[in-house]
Amino acid sequence: MAEIKKDLVIIGGGPAGLAAAVSAAGEGVRDILIIERDIRLGGILNQCIHNGFGLHTFKEELTGPEYADRYIKMAEKEQIPFMLDTMVIDLSFDEATGEKIVTAMNRTEGLFSVRARAVILAMGCRERPRGALNIPGFRPSGIYSAGTAQYYTNMEGKLPGKKVVILGSGDIGLIMARRMTFEGAKVLCVAELQPYSGGLKRNIVQCLDDFGIPLLLSHTVVDIKGKRRVEGVTIAEVDENRKPVPGSEVFYECDTLLLSCGLIPENELTNKLGVKMNPVTGGAFVNESLETDIPGVYACGNVLHVHDLVDYVSGEASAAGKNAAGFLLGKTAPENDGTVINIRTENGVRYSVPSVVRPSFMPDTLTVRFRVGNEFRDKNLSVYLDGKQLMKLPKRIMAPGEMEQIILVKSKVEEIVSENGGSEHELIIRVEDKE
Amino acid sequence: MRDVIIIGAGVIGSATARELSRYDLDVLVIEKESDVCEGTSKANSGIVHSGYDAMPGTLKARFNVEGNLLIHKLSKELDFPFKENGSLILALEEEGRKGVEELMERGIKNGVPGLRIVEKEELRQTEPNVSENAVCALYAPTGGIVCPFGMNIAFAENAADNGVGFIFDTEVTDIRKEESESGDIYYKVTAGDEVYETKIVVNAAGVYSDVMHNMVSGKKIHITPRKGQYCLMDKTAGGYVSHTLFQIPTKAGKGVLVTPTVHGNLMCGPTADGADDCEDTATTEAGLAAVMSRGSLSVMNLPRVTITSFAGLRAHEDGGDFIVGEAQDAPGFFDAAGIESPGLTAAPAIGVYLADLISGKLGASEKTDFIATRKGIPGVAEASDEERAALIKEDPLYSKVVCRCELVTEGEIRNAITRTLGARTVDGVKRRTRAGMGRCQAGFCLARTVPILAELLGKSEEEIEKSGHGSYYLDGKIKETL
Repeated sequence: MAEIKKDLVIIGGGPAGLAAAVSAAGEGVRDILIIERDIRLGGILNQCIHNGFGLHTFKEELTGPEYADRYIKMAEKEQIPFMLDTMVIDLSFDEATGEKIVTAMNRTEGLFSVRARAVILAMGCRERPRGALNIPGFRPSGIYSAGTAQYYTNMEGKLPGKKVVILGSGDIGLIMARRMTFEGAKVLCVAELQPYSGGLKRNIVQCLDDFGIPLLLSHTVVDIKGKRRVEGVTIAEVDENRKPVPGSEVFYECDTLLLSCGLIPENELTNKLGVKMNPVTGGAFVNESLETDIPGVYACGNVLHVHDLVDYVSGEASAAGKNAAGFLLGKTAPENDGTVINIRTENGVRYSVPSVVRPSFMPDTLTVRFRVGNEFRDKNLSVYLDGKQLMKLPKRIMAPGEMEQIILVKSKVEEIVSENGGSEHELIIRVEDKE
Repeated sequence: MRDVIIIGAGVIGSATARELSRYDLDVLVIEKESDVCEGTSKANSGIVHSGYDAMPGTLKARFNVEGNLLIHKLSKELDFPFKENGSLILALEEEGRKGVEELMERGIKNGVPGLRIVEKEELRQTEPNVSENAVCALYAPTGGIVCPFGMNIAFAENAADNGVGFIFDTEVTDIRKEESESGDIYYKVTAGDEVYETKIVVNAAGVYSDVMHNMVSGKKIHITPRKGQYCLMDKTAGGYVSHTLFQIPTKAGKGVLVTPTVHGNLMCGPTADGADDCEDTATTEAGLAAVMSRGSLSVMNLPRVTITSFAGLRAHEDGGDFIVGEAQDAPGFFDAAGIESPGLTAAPAIGVYLADLISGKLGASEKTDFIATRKGIPGVAEASDEERAALIKEDPLYSKVVCRCELVTEGEIRNAITRTLGARTVDGVKRRTRAGMGRCQAGFCLARTVPILAELLGKSEEEIEKSGHGSYYLDGKIKETL
């Protein structure tokens, strides 16, 4: 098996991998390799042909492929090497040398391995399938994840069905409700198990409301009919315990069921590497540098935690690329003084990325992103550091479908930490009632 | 006039075809679905039972013990996945000890080797996740796990390699017993638009075996389809138990099993629901909930990482035993009816038994050019790096991953489609290669598998189906209806 050496290997050439590569190259890392399993760079953006991408990053509305193209052009300009149609099948850590061993294969090189000083994990995520939802009934054709339907419609120009019910109000499902309507299908409804939508508000307005497609909150599919092809689904209302309410069943005759019930970070390789994982996000635990508990292994984008907006993926990935460059070029912050701030999320806040901050490694401002676990209206978002209230942000609405963020200012954090002394500190993020 | 027509290309029909293919006979298998292994054979526990369960003296007991031995041997000759992981039958309360002792006695009478009772402490050592309530267990070392598709497909491929004909998408609608001028009994089998004449009929029609039998025999039989529902869990839970864990039935009901599968998933099931429809393979909310709650009795904190659930129908005959052999009032009509559990294990033994009877009746001689072995599709996922490199060197498409979850390459998929009795549907590819069987359940690879099938079968993508008979995926081009 052929073996090569690289300073930095980036696994995944989607939005996260590209932004990380461009950023690392900008910092002066030259010996980079992006490994992409698809036949083109850009990842899932290639099939997201709707607009709305790039408002934060480029201050204009781009389609998915246009957004990807911006980053591909930047990567080309930096002459960053990449391999397409190449699958990474194993990832391990050589403790003796500190190198990460990336085993991959493709048609031209066959099976080969790369010894990398640093690795950025940017593998993205996948959709939750029917089986994971335990929907009873038959197992006919015509049940697609929203992303598969999107691939067929947008990449292949083929229609996966003509009369459609969508389960789950994740953003891809909402986008596909509109897309399939455009392409000649009839979308009967979107059913959502939770009492709130899983997607962005703007998508509900632009993809459902504008087309008169009903959103049935607190509803789910309880049966699938059709031995060969979907012939219909039964939808029932659910109670506060998410259990179907007897007698509320309504049968919808349809030939297609699309599922948009959540995304799962694709961390098989991360697990092989033995990185410590966060069961809440399905991604790795990372510190302020987006570094996992294995030195020189960084994670960013949807493989770390599922994002709503690609702009935030790019931002996070740029930070990961910059930090990996710091690691490789020895430009890291002053000696780590051993001070750590553990971030605790509670009272409605489910997780945060990062989960640990070492103040000496912080940039001047550090973005901490997180999600809430329920819909909250007119609440405060409070942040405490060592018991001292750092922020109290009034929020009109917070929902699980919309990622939240706070920005920590290094100078302020260091001030409180040094006042209190000691090496272990705690930052708490929580939802609180307004006085 | 043909020598033998076998109705059904499930594991029983295919095992019988494979054993008959040793002889100089003209054998045809007729299957109503689009592929082999489409009925009961595809939706069961995948367990190779050791043989302690059936009552001594029954056909179930006999063919179970013989079949177990045969599968150990055939898995090597015909290259299908099998593992002797051993079975543990748990007593989940002190009262269950009596049941364990009874099963052990029964097993010894049936000729099951190596049975012994394992006490709580040893049990906990071998299965650390076993329930706290387990007081003891019967240990059956020859119990195993098999890929039910892999075995069925291997039998059918080897039969076809040895000259057996297979026709698919063709339902047998009529069988008539006829007498020739010379007084010999033969049969006219109507299937699709054709009428086939044959000396021998083998009835391996699964849940429809009563329908087939009753067309020619006055001694009626009756099959009740019994539904069994299962949950299949992610490979992350595959190591949760290493043995197949059964339960001694309690007042609360017949138990379910918790087992690793031969491919490294964890499986839990089945329920045993009466069904009146031979096509009703739908799972139910209550059934799936029962599977998980009963499974939780065997182990502590049963992992809840279901990736798919399914239901199969077992052909239960009123008499309770298998019906295997020549019908009394229909010479030349051989039944393999009422084949419920342990039918998968029994299949090769039933095949040998029927092939002996039939070849004897026809006075057939053994072929000199019988091909006794068959090679499966090389699997990149389980290969070593050296083997992978060699495969890729031979065909670079073995480096092109189509199914990410199960690491299945285009090379394997092409192999599955182009080999003997190759896959013609997406499910056919799935059952031969595991593409689409992983945790994303074909969310990614479906759109990559369909074009390969279309290319190799000379069809359009719109014509590619999940499992035949109108199970299409694509409904034309976008904007066509606007």
